[in-house]
Amino acid sequence: MTPQLITTDVLVIGGGLAGERCAIEAAAAGQEAMILSLVPPRRSHSCAAQGGMQAALGNCVKAEGDNPHVHFLDTVRGSDWGADQEVARIFAEEAPVAVRELAHFGVPWTRVRGGKNKYFIRGESVEIDELLENDGLITHRDFGGTAKWRACYAAAGTGHAALYAVDSEVVRLGITVRDRVEAISLIHDGNRCNGVIARCLRTGLQFAVMAKATVIATGGYGRIYGGYTTNATINYGTGASLALDTGIVPLGNMEAVQFHPTALSPSGILITEGCRGDGGFLRDKNMDRFMVEAEPEKQELASRDVVSRHMMQCIQDGNGIDSPNGRHLWLDIRHLGEKHLTTKLLEVFDICRDFAGINPAHDMIPVRPTQHYSMGGVRVNKDGEAYGMAGLYAVGEAACWDMHGFNRLGGNSLAETLVAGRVVGARVAEYASGAILQANTSLAFDALGAAEQRAQALLAREGNGRSVYEIRDALGEVMISKVGIFRNGADLESAVSEIKGLIDECSRAVLRHKGPGANPELAFALRFPGMLRLALTVAMGALARSESRGAHFRTDFPLRNDREWLNRTLAHWQPDASAPTLSYEPVGLIGLPPGHRGYGSDERIEMDQSVGQYNDAVVDAQESAGRLASVEAMGSRLPQSEREAT
Amino acid sequence: MSREAFETVRRLRFEIFRFNPEDPESKPHIDTFEIDERPYMTLYMALNEIRETQDSSLQFDFACRSAICGSCGMMVNGRPALGCRTLTVDLSETVHLHPLPAFKLIGDLSVDTGTWFRQMAERTEAWIHEQLPFDKDAPEERMSDDLADAIYEGDRCIECGCCVASCGVANVNPDFLAAAGLNRVARFMIDPRDGRDDSEWYDVVKGPDGVFACGGMMACADVCPKALPLLEVYAYLRRRALGMKFLSD
Repeated sequence: MTPQLITTDVLVIGGGLAGERCAIEAAAAGQEAMILSLVPPRRSHSCAAQGGMQAALGNCVKAEGDNPHVHFLDTVRGSDWGADQEVARIFAEEAPVAVRELAHFGVPWTRVRGGKNKYFIRGESVEIDELLENDGLITHRDFGGTAKWRACYAAAGTGHAALYAVDSEVVRLGITVRDRVEAISLIHDGNRCNGVIARCLRTGLQFAVMAKATVIATGGYGRIYGGYTTNATINYGTGASLALDTGIVPLGNMEAVQFHPTALSPSGILITEGCRGDGGFLRDKNMDRFMVEAEPEKQELASRDVVSRHMMQCIQDGNGIDSPNGRHLWLDIRHLGEKHLTTKLLEVFDICRDFAGINPAHDMIPVRPTQHYSMGGVRVNKDGEAYGMAGLYAVGEAACWDMHGFNRLGGNSLAETLVAGRVVGARVAEYASGAILQANTSLAFDALGAAEQRAQALLAREGNGRSVYEIRDALGEVMISKVGIFRNGADLESAVSEIKGLIDECSRAVLRHKGPGANPELAFALRFPGMLRLALTVAMGALARSESRGAHFRTDFPLRNDREWLNRTLAHWQPDASAPTLSYEPVGLIGLPPGHRGYGSDERIEMDQSVGQYNDAVVDAQESAGRLASVEAMGSRLPQSEREAT
Repeated sequence: MSREAFETVRRLRFEIFRFNPEDPESKPHIDTFEIDERPYMTLYMALNEIRETQDSSLQFDFACRSAICGSCGMMVNGRPALGCRTLTVDLSETVHLHPLPAFKLIGDLSVDTGTWFRQMAERTEAWIHEQLPFDKDAPEERMSDDLADAIYEGDRCIECGCCVASCGVANVNPDFLAAAGLNRVARFMIDPRDGRDDSEWYDVVKGPDGVFACGGMMACADVCPKALPLLEVYAYLRRRALGMKFLSD
C-alpha cells in the first residue's frame, strides 16, 4: 500500500533517456533520486528512436573535418535561427562526450570497418576506403541538414540500445523507479516547486511526492494530433501541461511542431531518416525523384521541415499515390539490398513486414509526413531551470531549452536527451545538495485534496454527450487539418474556436465507467483537459506568428521575418483564464547571424538592426529577468574568427 | 484469407479474460465483445475500439504500437504474442485473449512485467561491470564492427515477456531466469567492456535458476517476437558453463 506522502531529494517525472540520465547525475552526486514513469522505463518512447544520435566525432571518411563547431552551425541553420545559440553550442560541444559515455555504459555502436566500404550517396553507389587507423572507432551515417556524416547508430535501434544501457545504470545505482505512476499536478507555493501529486495507474490511488528538486522529463505532446503522429500512445505532453497549470511557468514555442517526412502510411509508424541517409529515395506516382529538382544540393537530405513541405506540395499537386487511406508517396530503399536492410536497417525491415506486409528489398514503402516532434515545451534557462519557479527543472523533449528552435535536425533529439541529462542533472544535484526539503505537508495535502476532489467530481458528473475518446478524436482532426504542415490565418482562427468548443464540451463529458481501481477512462479524462490546453496554446501561437520559420509555415506569410519575429513565443495560462497569454523574448545571443540555411527558400525579411544591437538587447533582457548569473557570456565561448565576423 | 481480400466484412468475436483485483466485487471471468473487422486491423486497434465504444473499464497495455517497446504481450488464442503487431486477418473469427501467465496480474490483459524485469536485472547485475571509470576526455575504446553486431543482436530483446510466459519452467519456478534473463546474461558475457570473470558468472549461469534449469522445449524461441537466436544463446551459455567447470577443477 502506497503511503499518502513520500519524500525524496530529486524527483524525476518520466523514465525516458533524458529523465534517467538526469537521475543518474543526481544519484551519482549522492542525492536520493526517484523516477515516476507511466510505463516501465525501458518502454519509454526514447526506445523508438531509430536512426542515430548526432555527435561530431569525425571518424569515417565522409565525416572528415567535422567538429562541434560545424555541428553547432548545422543545428542553428536547422532551427531556422530560432534556437538559443548558446545552448546549441553547449550541446554540440558535449555531444561527443555523451556518445562515448554511452559506449562506456554498453551501447554497441556500429563501428568503422577499415578498408573498402560501399555506400549510396546522392543516388550513386560509391566505394570509399575507410582509414585502417580508424578501424573500430564509432562510425557515422548521413542524416538530413548536416554538412558531415555525424549520426552515430546501432542498426535502426539506436534509442532502444541507448535506453537499455542508461536504464542499466539506473538499476546499478539502485535508483527507485515507480512505474505505472502518472504525475497529475505540481505541489508549489507560487515561488518554489515541492514535488507532485501522482496517481497510481495500477490501483487508482493518489499520493504526494515531496522533493527538493522536481524534474519534468515527460517527452513531447504529439498525441494532441490524435492518431496522426509517430509518437507512442503515452506522449500526452503531461509535463508541459503541469507547468502550464501553475499559471507561473511559461511554455516556449509551442507552435513549433515537427512533421517527419517518412511515417508509414496509414499507421503513422516511424520509418527512420537513416533510410534516406543510407541512400534511399522519395518517389511520386510517376516514380520521379521529385526531391532532386526541389533541392538540387541536399535532395532527400534537406531538413525535415523542408522535405515534409515538398512532399505535401507533391501530394497537393496531384502526384501522390491514391490509396483507400488517403494519398501517400513512396520511400524506395530497394537498391540498398536485402543484406543492408536486414542488418543496418533491421528495425525498418521488421516494421515494413509486420505493419504493411511488404519486404522493402522488393517493395517500395508507402509514406506520408506525420507529426513527430515537439520543439516547444517547458521554457527553461541554460541550466534547465523553469522560468519563474525555483526547484523546477525540465529536460529533453518536454523542455524548450532551446537548441532546436523551429526545426530539430534528425539525430539531435537523442543527443539532446543525454547531453541535457548530464548538464541539467549536474545543476539539479548542485541545487538539491544546497537546499533543504520543505516538508510543508499542508501544502501537499491541500494539493492532494484538490486532486481527489477533481477525480470525484469527474466520476460524479452525469449527462449525455460524446465520450472523452470521441472528443480526443475530434481534437486530432482539428490539429491535423488546421494546425498541420501548411497553416493559414483563417484555418488557425477556426482551429482556435473549435478547440475552445472542445474544452467546453470536455468540461461536461461524462465517464462511462465509474468503478474502482486504475480505471483507464478516468486516467484519460484526468489528463485530457491538459492536452486540450496545450493544443489551444499551439494553435494560438501559430495564429499569432505571422511569418514562416522552420516547421511553422504560414501560406499567408511565407517568408521568414527576422525583422519582427526573431524571437521565442512564451505562453502563460493565468488561473481561471480561458486561453493562454502570449508574450515574446529574443531567441538569445546570436553568434551565427541569420542567413540562408543552405536548403529551402533563400528569401526572407532581413533584420533592421545589427547583430550587435540585437545582442545588447538580449543582455539587457536577461539581466532584467535575472537569469544570466550561472551562465558565462557567449562571447567568451566564440572562436576569435567568429567574434570578428559578427 | 488474403490480406487484400475483404469481400465481406467479418464480424470478430473477442473472448477476453476479465478480472480487476482492485474491485472486491470482481471475479475472474470471460467477457465477449463483437466488432467489425477493418483492413489491416491489429489487436491494438481492436482492443481500443472495444474499450472506447463498448466497455471503458477494459485494461490492457500499449505504448509504441510498433513492436518496439514490448508493452503489449498477451496470450492470443493460447500463444504469447505482441498485440500491436498481431493482425486480425491472421486470426479466426473468434479470438481468445488472456493475460500473460508467470507475471503478476494488474487487471484484465495487463500484467506487471516491469517488476519482473527490474528484479532480473538486479539479480544478474545486468550492467557493464566497468574496468575503469569513464574518462570524458579520452576517445572511445575500439571494438570490431562484427563484435558490435553480435552484442547488438543480444541487445535487441524488448523485454515483452512472451518467452517467460511460454516457458514451462518459468511458470512453476518464479526464480528461473528464463530466456529473457539468460539472453541478457549472454549479452554481457560476450561484451569485452564487462570485466566480470567466469567465477563471477558461475552462480548466475549454473545455479538452480540458471541455464541448466531449462527443460529444453524451447517454446521461447518459437514465440520470441524479435526472433532472437535463443537456441544459440542457450547452447553458448551451456558451453561456457562447462568451460567454467573445467577451469575451476
